[in-house]
Amino acid sequence: MKSLQALAMFAAVLLAVPAAQAVEFSQLQPARSAVSFVYKQMGVPVDGSFKRFKGELRFDPAKPEAARAVIEIELASIDTGFAEGDDEVQGRLWFDSKNHPIARFVSSSVKPLGGNRYEVAGKMSIKGRTLNVKTPATFSQSGNAGVFEGTFVLKRADYGIGEGMWADFGTVANEIQIKFRMAASAAGK
Amino acid sequence: MDTANSYTRTAIGLHWLVAVAIVGTFGLGLYMHELPFSPDKLKLYAWHKWAGVSIFLLVLLRLVWRLTHRPPAPPAPMPAWQRRAAEGAHWLLYLLMLAVPLSGWLMSSAKGVPTVWFGVLPLPDLLAKDKALGELLETVHKTFNFTMAGLVLVHAGAALKHHLINRDDVLARMLPMLKKP
Repeated sequence: MKSLQALAMFAAVLLAVPAAQAVEFSQLQPARSAVSFVYKQMGVPVDGSFKRFKGELRFDPAKPEAARAVIEIELASIDTGFAEGDDEVQGRLWFDSKNHPIARFVSSSVKPLGGNRYEVAGKMSIKGRTLNVKTPATFSQSGNAGVFEGTFVLKRADYGIGEGMWADFGTVANEIQIKFRMAASAAGK
Repeated sequence: MDTANSYTRTAIGLHWLVAVAIVGTFGLGLYMHELPFSPDKLKLYAWHKWAGVSIFLLVLLRLVWRLTHRPPAPPAPMPAWQRRAAEGAHWLLYLLMLAVPLSGWLMSSAKGVPTVWFGVLPLPDLLAKDKALGELLETVHKTFNFTMAGLVLVHAGAALKHHLINRDDVLARMLPMLKKP
């Protein structure tokens, strides 16, 4: 019986391979995705992340130009590395998350750069300001999921994140490195 | 100057430099801890850490100097238990002067904030971020500090007692301006 099972599995794998190549990934899997960042305070790099986000991600490796991503990040779910910092950034000077609870990214184009590399362009809306952003991203497949990963730099002052007494970049630098990993499972799974 | 009964100029200079730096950094630590979250608070924390690293290095220098230069002998009529207590207290002070900044550095590391000396030189970030460990090291840092503060008071009190009650030269040899002509 064992060998029969093994044979069946082997056949299933053989059949699955060609199917996987044409698959469209469309269900964002928050549990396997992550949005984190590195900022510098007083010259010290500190890691942070957002715990809650949702969105949609549609990507077919055969038709990258048809790809679409909408990511919504719940700003109240931030972990800045400091408990005091988590409270502080909800305030008016930072995210003003009472009035603008969500940071939203909506893709406008996905350009292949060769290999598994792409350039994703879109609009980022934070604190009532919407700006064009671009980020390189790599695409990889792991199991039944497709994973987009990339890093780009966001300048906090562009969105008015950290105003007033926090506007000085000497304490908290303007450049925030954003790292994302977005996993989507194949359609219908 | 009677060199046999005096500390070297280097030992005296380092002693007072480190003394002032420790009192200042200790006071800064107490003050900044109570501040509301602000850019100034982040700045003061950074300066406190830079001062701590500097003190650690100065204390290493003091220790090397202390081990390579014989300090003056205690005054002759001192009871044996006082000699032993003085000897023990001095080594404990050296130990704490190193342990306090070390515990602060490790606490910061465990809390997820590496130390970059003067914003330029990154120190090794030895511990992975770990909330429980960070809180434990905070208690360790605090305990070491208050132990040292207590010991510094005993140290200064003993020096004053030598000067004012025993009327010997124990304080004067570390504070040459008190020396009788």
